[in-house]
Amino acid sequence: MSGPEGAPLLELRDIGRDFGSVIALDGISTSVRAGEVTCVLGDNGAGKSTLIKVLSGVHQPSRGELLLDGAPVRFGAPREALDAGIATVFQDLAMIPLMAIWRNFFLGSEPTKGWGPFRRFDAATAKDVTRRELAAMGIDVRDPDQPVGTLSGGERQSVAIARAVYFGARVLILDEPTSALGVKQAGVVLRYIAQARDRGLGVVFITHNPHHAYPVGDRFVLLKRGRSLGDFRKDEVSREEITAMMAGGAELEDLAHELERPPS
Amino acid sequence: MTTTDAPPTRPPADERVASVGLLKRLLVKPELGALVGAVVVFVFFAAQSSVFLSPAGIANWLDPASTLGIMACAVALLMIGGHFDLSAGVMTGTSALTVGIVSVQFETSIWVGIAVALVIALAIGALNGFLVVRTGLPSFIITLGTFLMLQGLNLGLTKLFTGTVNAGGIGATAGFESAEAVFASSFTIAGQPFRIAVVWWVLVTLLATWVLLRTRFGNWVFATGGDEVASRNVGVPAARTTITLFMTTAGAAWFVGVVYAVRQTSVQANVGIGNELIYIVAAVIGGCLLTGGFGSAVGASLGALIFGMTQQGIVYLRYDSDWFYFFLGAMLLLAVLTNRAIRRYAEARR
Repeated sequence: MSGPEGAPLLELRDIGRDFGSVIALDGISTSVRAGEVTCVLGDNGAGKSTLIKVLSGVHQPSRGELLLDGAPVRFGAPREALDAGIATVFQDLAMIPLMAIWRNFFLGSEPTKGWGPFRRFDAATAKDVTRRELAAMGIDVRDPDQPVGTLSGGERQSVAIARAVYFGARVLILDEPTSALGVKQAGVVLRYIAQARDRGLGVVFITHNPHHAYPVGDRFVLLKRGRSLGDFRKDEVSREEITAMMAGGAELEDLAHELERPPS
Repeated sequence: MTTTDAPPTRPPADERVASVGLLKRLLVKPELGALVGAVVVFVFFAAQSSVFLSPAGIANWLDPASTLGIMACAVALLMIGGHFDLSAGVMTGTSALTVGIVSVQFETSIWVGIAVALVIALAIGALNGFLVVRTGLPSFIITLGTFLMLQGLNLGLTKLFTGTVNAGGIGATAGFESAEAVFASSFTIAGQPFRIAVVWWVLVTLLATWVLLRTRFGNWVFATGGDEVASRNVGVPAARTTITLFMTTAGAAWFVGVVYAVRQTSVQANVGIGNELIYIVAAVIGGCLLTGGFGSAVGASLGALIFGMTQQGIVYLRYDSDWFYFFLGAMLLLAVLTNRAIRRYAEARR
C-alpha cells in the first residue's frame, strides 16, 4: 500500500455548506491520494451526502477550499467535476433502469462516428467496450443488451464503478455502495473498491458501516451532525475506536445497558 | 436479497446468454403490441370488406394515418422524454391559420406564410419546453395552459384579420403550385393516386427511429424520460433535450398544419382542437410508457395506422361511425394492459 508521501489528488480545506439557515457541513478537511481509499464515515444525517455532492459539483461549497492537484477549483456542475477526473457513483447509481447496460454505460459520454448530420452513436463500439470493461473488472453480465433494471443491486453497483473507472476517473467517489447489499454482495463491491485503488485511483468511500470501511480504507474522516470528528490515518485509529466515535461512545454503552436482559 | 437461493459458486457466464430466446428478445421491443394490433385490425377489415384491400381503399386509410402518424412520431419522442404536449393539436391549427392569414391578408407568397408559421410554431414549442424546464411543473398543466391560450388566439386573431372565423383564399396566393407539390401533391401506384403525405410520414418515422436508437440525442431522450436527475448527474444536457423535444413536436405540428392549409386552401379557426389526445393515444398504442423512458417511433406510426384503418374500415363495413371512438378507447385500454404485462414478463425473465 502506498504511503502518505504522495501529493494529494484532492484536498479539502475547511469545507462548509449551508442550506438557508441550516449548516449542513462545516470545517471538513481531508485529502484523497492516488492509490488510497479515503473513507467518510457517519451516521444518518451526518452530512455525508452533502459532502459528496460538494465534491462532485452538484452543490458548491459555502466556505472553504477544494484543491485539485494543489490548485483551487470550483465545480459549477457535475459535468465540470467529471471533466476534471472526479467521477461519482451516486447512491441511486445514476442509471436508468429501462435502458440497456451499454446505453447506461456510455450515457452522457456516447462515442460517435460519422460526420455532420450523419454523426451517430457508435453502438457497436459501445457494446464491445461495455462487455470488455465489465469482464476486465471480473463482472459477469449475461448480455449488455439487457435493461439495467434486471440486474441485482451488487451488479448495478459494479457496472457503475466500471463506468467511472473507464471514463478516466482519477478520483472515484462512492456513495454508500454497500448499504443496500447483503453480506456477500457487499464483499464483491469491496473487492471492486480495492481493484480501483490498485489501479491507482484515489477512492472516496462513503459509508455508515465501519466494518466495511476499515478493511479497505487508508484514511478515515468521521462526520457527526455536519462536523468532523477527525481525520485519521489507518495506523492512528482502530476499528473499535471508529465504531465507538460514530455511535458516540457513551451513547453506545448506555444502549448496551438498556438492551441487557433485566436481572431476574 | 435476490440471491438468497443462488448456489454457492457462481456458474460461468455463457450458458445464461443462450437462455434469452428469440421470443423474449421480441417481447422487449415496445412496438410489438402495436404490430400485433395492426395485423389483427388489418385482417379483421380485409376479411369483411373487399374495398378495404383495393388500391382506392388503401389510399383512403393511409391518408388519415399519414398526418396523424407524423404527429404521433414527434409526440412519441416527447413522451419517451417524459413529457406531454396538449397544445400539439391546436398548434396544427395555429400553423395552418398563420399560413392563410400571412399569405392572403398581407398578400405575400405562400412560402413567406409557411416560414412565418414555422418560426411561430418553434417559438411556441421553445416556450413550452422552457416553462417546463424552468418551473419543474408537469408538462401536462403547462401545455394545457398554452393549449387554451392558442385556442383563444386562433379564434381571436383570425376574426381580427379576416373578419370571419376562417382564413381562406390560400389557393390564389403566389407560389401555391410549388407549395402544393411539396405538401399536398399525389403520386400514382397501380392507377391509384396516393397522398404525398404518406411518403413524408414514412420518412419521418425512419428519421425518428434513427435519431432515437442511433444518435446521442436519442440516448439522452430515453435517459431524460427514464430518470431526469440521474441523467443530469452523468452529464446529460436534460434541459436542452426537453426543450428540443417540445420544439420537435411543434415542428411536426407546423408541417401537418401546412399540409392542411395547402390541401384545403381555407382554414377554420377551430382546426386541430382535440387531436392532441389522439396523438397520445397513437403513441401509447405504439408502446410508449406514460411515465417516460420507454417507447418507439415505429410503434407510434403503427398506432396511427390502426387509427386510420379503423376509421375508414368502419365506414366500409357500414357500421355506425359512432362506434369508432368506442373501438379506439378499447384499443387504448388493451394496448396499455398488454404493454404493461409484456414489459413485466420480459424484465422478470431475462
